[in-house]
Amino acid sequence: METSKVIHAIYTDDDVLMAAVKKVKAERHHIEEIYTPFPVHGLDKAMGLAPTRIAITSFIYGCIGLIVSIWMMNYMMIQDWPQNIGGKPSFSYIENMPAFVPIMFELTVFFAAHLMVITFYLRSRMWPFKKAENPDPRTTDDHFLMELAVHGNEKELENLLKETGAVEINIVEKEAH
Amino acid sequence: MASHYEAPIRRPLVLGEKSYHDVSVDIAAPIEGKANKSWWIVFSIALAAFLWGVGCIIYTISTGIGTWGLNKTVEWAWDITNFVWWVGIGHAGTLISAVLLLFRQKWRMGINRSAEAMTIFSVIQAAIFPIIHMGRPWLAYWVLPIPNQFGSLWVNFNSPLLWDVFAISTYLSVSLVFWWTGLLPDFAMIRDRAVKPFQKKIYSLLSFGWTGRAKDWQRFEEVSLVLAGLATPLVLSVHTIVSYDFATSIVPGWHTTIFPPYFVAGAVFSGFAMVNTLLIIMRKVSNLEDYITVQHIELMNIVIMITGSIVGVAYITELFIAWYSGVEYEQYAFLNRATGPYAWAYWIMMSCNVFSPQFMWFKKLRTSIMFSFFISIVVNIGMWFERFVIIVTSLHRDYLPSSWTMFSPTFVDIGTFIGTIGFFFVLFLLYARTFPVIAQAEVKTILKSSGERYKRIREAGKSLVGTGADKRTSNVAEDNSKNLKN
Repeated sequence: METSKVIHAIYTDDDVLMAAVKKVKAERHHIEEIYTPFPVHGLDKAMGLAPTRIAITSFIYGCIGLIVSIWMMNYMMIQDWPQNIGGKPSFSYIENMPAFVPIMFELTVFFAAHLMVITFYLRSRMWPFKKAENPDPRTTDDHFLMELAVHGNEKELENLLKETGAVEINIVEKEAH
Repeated sequence: MASHYEAPIRRPLVLGEKSYHDVSVDIAAPIEGKANKSWWIVFSIALAAFLWGVGCIIYTISTGIGTWGLNKTVEWAWDITNFVWWVGIGHAGTLISAVLLLFRQKWRMGINRSAEAMTIFSVIQAAIFPIIHMGRPWLAYWVLPIPNQFGSLWVNFNSPLLWDVFAISTYLSVSLVFWWTGLLPDFAMIRDRAVKPFQKKIYSLLSFGWTGRAKDWQRFEEVSLVLAGLATPLVLSVHTIVSYDFATSIVPGWHTTIFPPYFVAGAVFSGFAMVNTLLIIMRKVSNLEDYITVQHIELMNIVIMITGSIVGVAYITELFIAWYSGVEYEQYAFLNRATGPYAWAYWIMMSCNVFSPQFMWFKKLRTSIMFSFFISIVVNIGMWFERFVIIVTSLHRDYLPSSWTMFSPTFVDIGTFIGTIGFFFVLFLLYARTFPVIAQAEVKTILKSSGERYKRIREAGKSLVGTGADKRTSNVAEDNSKNLKN
């Protein structure tokens, strides 16, 4: 198994962490990952993460849901088995459409919400029986962990991180995946 | 730090000397501790009520709907009353978690988890009624549009009852994933604290391996926001569609266009009342008074007051329109409601829903915990009677005077209703002992801006940098903050 060396710097405060991220980025180091117990406002931008596109996927799923609902009701109510229900037009989707609006709306929401959540779970690698990958259990309580790759510059990184207020600095061998 | 600024005029939402670690400890305490005697007593009562309800449901299904008090005139009564009542209660959860998220109301964070749990549990109770009313509940899947052996006879998409199937199942399932997604980081917190191997295993499973990477949080926040945006129109659509069950008919008293907004306001009203009922007890029992504060209760009381007044306006508008329409059937339906044989139910509804919330104009009353609890119960009773009045008094005297009659529930009607209350409390009590009942990850995000301790530090003109460290979890906390000041 191939391994690589990484440095884990642990912080105990979100403001200290934010200042540290800015400093580390200013020194032109690449931050591999940051584990935090709660969403730290502005951290993704400071780290240089690209904005998430998950909202766009939701919009697309919603459009699919709308199309599915129209196709389904057109097939069932207009083409396959048209019935006279209270004299409503059973021969034209568009003329009977007001009665179909609630279901068109519900299925749009259903698709947009569920498929987006499933996409989120899969992209962030979460499912039942998945093992958690946070390297330190304290990062779900009140600790913040910054992970940097080491390329023979251990001492330099250690000094830099200590300066930024890291309370613990560990160098670990990480299995590549 | 500017990012944690909040106007001094805002009252703190988290009381006491809380650090991030304190939040974890306080939220995990009810899960890690043992249930006390009063929990077991209440749980036993709820379980007994639930089992009684199960018995009544078994009797209904094995014997038939004739075991209920329905007759050929009043062919809908307690069943649909209970259904609408439970669905209505289910509205507050999504309103608190979604609408208040869109409006960036920080106070939602102390109560959103339990309100969403309440939503899910009460929608489950609601779903029981239409299913048992089918008489043959094992054929409940016939409401779904699936190919079948009857020459592919499809469900009727023109029917509000079918819209209800779609609305409620979408609402239940979307609320469930919204709730669960929010729970993942909190389950992960419990998992990483757990000492007992079995507990660790269970919470690992429930947390879906939540890791808390920066990218996960970025997606998490976006997903929460989009779900809130989707759930807001969804929650409005659900009770709108429930009201269509009545409004699209031609029964006097039902056939009114005011029903959708009137039902939605009533739903929010009853839902907030139930949230107050549950949380006033839970904050005490689980020692969460620092997170669910009197301010939270006060704000919920204000929502109750406003929605109660909207409901009151709707009642009066209905009366006015019945008179103004000149339709004598409509006029009689409303005259009969207020002065007929069911006038007692009408006036219970009026006094509980329109009169009682007006006490909340007084700050002394709306910040009184005992009084809030009392009013929340009164509102729950009033909203049950609202649905009873709409349903039974409209049906019992309709177009054909020779069919006019009264309705009286049988023990099966009553037992089934009590059974759902028992089932609801069984679920909620189990939840309160096993789930993180406050969205602790979210509370941590507002701790530095809205926590009492941090507000005091900030107002003293000191920096918040480094104040997140806790002596119990980090021995360098003290000298670290000293170093930073130099």
